[in-house]
Formats: sequence, C-alpha cells, structure tokens
Amino acid sequence: MSPEAAPVAARLEEIPANLVTKCPSCNTMLVTKDWLRDLKTCARCSHHFRLGARERIAILTENFEEWDAELAPHDPLQFPDYLPKRSAAQIKTGAKDSMLSGAATLDGRPIAIAASDFGFMGGSMGSVFGEKITRLFERALDEKRPVLTATSTGGARMQEGLMSLMQMAKTSAAVGRLREEKLPFISILTDPSMAGVQASFASLGDVLVAEPGAMIGFTGARVIEQNLRIKLPKDFQSAEFQMAHGQIDMIVPRAKLKESLAQLLSLLLD
Amino acid sequence: MLSRWLHLEQPIVELEEKIDELKRFAASENLDFSAKINRLEEHKCDVMRRIFADLSPWDRVQMARHPKRPYSLDYIGALCSDWVELHGDRAFGDDGAIVAGFARLNGRSVAVIGNQKGRDTKERQIRNFGQPSPEGLRKAGRVMEMAARFGRPIISLVDTPGAACSPAAEERGISEAIAHSQMLMSRLKVPIIVVIIGEGCSGGAIATALGDRVLMLEHAYYSVISPEACASILFRDPAKAPETSQQLKITADDALRLGVIEEIIPEPLGGAHRDLKAMSVALGAAIEKHVSALETLSPEELLEGRYQRFRKLGDLDDPQATTAHLNGAPV
Repeated sequence: MSPEAAPVAARLEEIPANLVTKCPSCNTMLVTKDWLRDLKTCARCSHHFRLGARERIAILTENFEEWDAELAPHDPLQFPDYLPKRSAAQIKTGAKDSMLSGAATLDGRPIAIAASDFGFMGGSMGSVFGEKITRLFERALDEKRPVLTATSTGGARMQEGLMSLMQMAKTSAAVGRLREEKLPFISILTDPSMAGVQASFASLGDVLVAEPGAMIGFTGARVIEQNLRIKLPKDFQSAEFQMAHGQIDMIVPRAKLKESLAQLLSLLLD
Repeated sequence: MLSRWLHLEQPIVELEEKIDELKRFAASENLDFSAKINRLEEHKCDVMRRIFADLSPWDRVQMARHPKRPYSLDYIGALCSDWVELHGDRAFGDDGAIVAGFARLNGRSVAVIGNQKGRDTKERQIRNFGQPSPEGLRKAGRVMEMAARFGRPIISLVDTPGAACSPAAEERGISEAIAHSQMLMSRLKVPIIVVIIGEGCSGGAIATALGDRVLMLEHAYYSVISPEACASILFRDPAKAPETSQQLKITADDALRLGVIEEIIPEPLGGAHRDLKAMSVALGAAIEKHVSALETLSPEELLEGRYQRFRKLGDLDDPQATTAHLNGAPV
C-alpha cells in the first residue's frame, strides 16, 4: 500500500459496513438509509429487494396481531438433514416456520394477512405453512375479514413429502370456502412465487397483484431449459411476462402497493 | 430396441422364455413335457412371489412407470361400457395427456377423468408422457362440473410424472389451472373417487386428486416431487434417485400410514400389467364399494367430509390442540 493510501484505508475501516447497499441488478451503491426509506427498492433501476415476512406485513398494514404463532413443525418423514436445516433457519429468522399470519388493519379496515419468508428454507410450504394459511381463511370467514396473502416462496417443502403436497389441496379448498361469502382475497405475488404455492391458494386470489420483476410460475426456468434443451429469455416468468400472458391483474411498485390494495378493497366492499 | 421388461423381472422373463420354448418343442415333436412344464410354472410363481415380496421404493417407481403398465384408457376399456370421450377446453385446445368423458360402470353412469400416457413414440408425443397442460386440466374441470350438474359420480385416475413442463404451459397458466382444479373438486356436490394407478407425482397429480376417497394401486407411487428432481436438488445428481425414493416415503404403504389414502388395492402377482383383467376387477370392486357408500350422504355431508378429509392432513406441533399430531401416527 502506498503511503498516501494508508490514511484513507484507515478511515474506511471507520465506515460502518452497512452504510451502503449494493443493488444486485444495476450494481449501484445505494445509501442504506435511503434504500430503507424506499422500502428496499433501488432508486436507480427500481429493483425490488426481497422482504422478510414481518417487513412485508409492516409496510402494508397497521396493528398487526399474530395468529397461530405457537404452531411448530415436525419431521413426518424423518427426512435426512431436515432438522439441522430447519433449526438454522429458525435461528436466522427467529420464527418457527416460514409463514407469518394474523389480523391487522389496512387504512383502518380490519383484514387478515399472511406473508411467507423466503429467508426460511426458501419460504417453502410444509404442514405449518399450510395449516396457518388454512386457519387464516377459516378465521377470516368467521370474522368477516378480507384476506391478503403475500407470497415469496420456492414452492412445497420437499422435506415434508406428501404432507407438503396435501397442503396444496387443503389451502385451495379453504379458498373455495371463502368464495361462498362476499369477502375479497387479494394475492400479492412477490419475488419469487413458484411451484406448489403458486399452484394452490396463491393463484386463487380474486385479484392477483405482482411486484415489478417478481418471478412467478410453476416449473423453474432452469428445469424447463434442462428438460427441453432450450434457452429461455431472461424475462421468462417475470411479473411483466405473466402480465403480457394474461396471468395476473396488475403490477404495482412497492411504494404504491398499500394504496392499491386499499383502493381495491374499497371498490369491492364499500 | 430397449427392453420392455424391468431388470427386476429378468428372472421371471427368462423362466417364461424357457417354458415357451419347451411348449413349442413339445408341440413340434409331439412329446409330453407337461410334468416338467408344470414344475417350471410352479418355480416361476415362487420366483415371482420372492421378488415381489421385497420391492424397494425405487423398484415400485419402476413398476409405476413400467412400459407395459395399464393406463387410464386400458382400465376404462376393461371396466366401463358406453365410454364417450369429450374433448377440448373451449378456450385453446385439446390436451391428449388427459382424457375425460362419461361411461357406464356397473350400470351406473359416471364421469371419468384420467391422465393418459402413450405406448409408442408417436402416441407418447400426443399424450405428452401423461403430463397435463392447462387446457387438459380445464377440460377435466369442464367435464367434472357437468358431472356435478347431472348428479354423476366422478372417477379420477391419476398417472402422471408431473404437470406439463414447457414455456407454453407457463404462458397459459399451468399454476392457475392446477390450483383451480383443486378448488373446483373441493366444491362439487357428487362423490369423487381418486385412484392413483401409476405415477402420482407433484402438482400435476394433486391437480386431479382431491376426492372423498383416494385409493392407490399396490405398486403406484405418490410424491411431492419426482425422486430424480429431489436428487438433483439435494445431491446435484439425479442418479441418486433410488436413495431419495426411499427418503421421500412415496409407496402405497407410506401413503396409507401418513393418512393420505384410504385404501391400497392389491395388484395381481407380478404387477397390474401381468393381468389387466384381474386388476380391473379389483379396481372396479373398490370403486363400487366407495361410490355406493358415498351415495348415501347428502351433498352437504359429502362436501364437509371432503373438506375435513384434507383439512386434517399435516404433521405439526399445536400446543393448543388436544393431540400433538393432526393426522394419524407419524411414520
């Protein structure tokens, strides 16, 4: 190191590591404070970073009160390495499983809301996730609350095998019951919303709202590429791709999301 | 040409060839080898019993995918009269991977939907290897809704390696089609009997597997993911599928233990493909038993029972509940 550089390097060490955040999409260095103010989106390219389940619910609602927090996962198949992986996720996120649900208000209106946490084993749906979503719909029906779900998930949790597959049927049937009442269900598709979750309750919203750039689909692009020996365009399964193919209702930037949801609920209920 | 028999069947096939040869020789030379032939036949039965008493989960996956395994249309042909197949989703196209229609079963008019695989290269393409596309599921949904309107029980035969895997399937909403099919089946006010007859793999299978009763043939498998895909994810090596087929607990016995199915329908010795007639009789009897039991229920009881059937599935710890496990005993 040159003598001139040394003092600069020393000063660098005083700068907190989290002062800036790099956008993985355009590589811009964002001032973390601004990035947080922008709800974890890039001010330059508007890349939407993934949010944890609590952050997601916090930016959309007020007065959140968690439901079914006590539900904890088992290991129905005694699947190799499931327990250590899950324990690591529990320590990392402080949650028992990948699904957070409860009651809240949105602009004062009582709602039921759920969000999956991609940071917990890819936001995958096992028994706890499926049970919480089913109870969310059932309790919403009981208490006459509209339902919002925000998914960020790779799909069903392989480690719970058939028990995970059954959650697809269970949650889809729960939406079927909700539909008998005049209670809207808005499904918010955030990055990524895939496979077993997308092929159950998440696709069954009365309205499907996606965040810009979110990957939405059933089979992952890589698997399709390998199976068919083809090359897929980079935007394959993006929210914009799904919009163009008539699979979702709207794409709403994060900053406008709450406002859009409130507007939709009002149009359907007031 | 690839062998039409599985590796595990080789000892049986060799004995059969020997027996055939003896029979031909006896006939051509006008000799009586019946004692020897009988001894060989008995030996063959012993060998088969030994092999099939000890199938690994991976063997069962092979059996479920056996090139000679009966497919939906084989069972429909053997079990039903007056089969009228209906076509198309009224929106985009007709999917060869799903057949749907009405037929008479034991004198009763029923709707039958089924995943359909092809026997030869050309038919396999038309049937897309039994992988349902959005239009196939929407066709099935249309026929099932019609069945409910006319008060006809629904028989759903499941035999798929998974839903269609292609850009076209994604563009036309395969996720929505799978989701919608499940929701629809949870609301139809007629008895629904699901039978996993071969492969019951992933979302493509559960799409048409929401019924009042779910039955499984002895050598079928039922899984959230194919053993190969699971091995690719866990070990980055699909060749480890024999191992993951064990770990995923996908056999009929596993499914029964997990409370996912009501009944296992035994297959003839050597598997369904060795005796389609006997297999069909057993399948027909099981369907009849469950349909007639369900027909005594009111539409409300039927829907409530179906909802609760899936509602209780899951394995978790609920400190508020009286029982720790929501389903039956853990595996």
